[in-house]
Amino acid sequence: MSGIIAPAPIRKSIRVDTAPARAFEAFTAGMARWWIKTRSINPTKSPIKDVIIEPRAGGRWFERGEDGSECQWGKVLAWEPPAEQRGGRLLLAWQIDGQFRFDPALVTEIEIRFIPIESGTRVELEHRQLERLGEKSADIHQLFDSDCGWSALLESFAKATA
Amino acid sequence: MAYANAALTALGDPTRREIFERLANGPLSVGEIAHTLPVSRPAVSQHLQRLKEAGLVNDHAEGNRRVYRIDPAGLGAIRQWLDRFWDDALAAFKEEAEKDTKHPRREEQA
Repeated sequence: MSGIIAPAPIRKSIRVDTAPARAFEAFTAGMARWWIKTRSINPTKSPIKDVIIEPRAGGRWFERGEDGSECQWGKVLAWEPPAEQRGGRLLLAWQIDGQFRFDPALVTEIEIRFIPIESGTRVELEHRQLERLGEKSADIHQLFDSDCGWSALLESFAKATA
Repeated sequence: MAYANAALTALGDPTRREIFERLANGPLSVGEIAHTLPVSRPAVSQHLQRLKEAGLVNDHAEGNRRVYRIDPAGLGAIRQWLDRFWDDALAAFKEEAEKDTKHPRREEQA
């Protein structure tokens, strides 16, 4: 196992009992309904009101707080909704840097595939290029105070792993 | 938490990143790394120690030298954190997507 560039991509696969088109819609248009509410990077600490993925390549991926403030997380690299019995694909750029702030120069890819199966859809997620997350983290101390910082996220992570 | 920060902080230093990237091509001894970098051997040792503490590399003795390599779990904590994050997120997504099936016209519901 030596010689591989760590870390390996994160790969997940789950079965969803609904058609690929609906799974795709729930994943994208419906993201605010399932995204874990503490997963916010909004500096105003305003609770997440909406999570928006603009439905096109190049579209933004961002959260909108109840106070109307917006915080970008990334963008859409490929937008390929499922059609008929064909599967679909969504490629997102996760642009949260080592300081857990939005960084337009940073791209780690999240590819989500919606594959038709007999009972519904297999959703496969791959989050890759994770090594890039470490590249701009010289001042980690800003992490908890920073604008658009993932403090709430990290706190919940810390609690979960305590 | 502290562990995740350690990995991020360790890679925040350009020299450490350089060392980490060299190790991505295969295991190296301290001397071998120092030879290819404008950094003294003791400094390389210190950087490796930091990377090791952060869980990014591990080492073992080979004869009288110490050989370092990337920990296969590498960037372990960051990855572990995201791994868990996606587990939680996808479980919530599945629940929501399947709810949609039962209530197809269900729109924004605070």
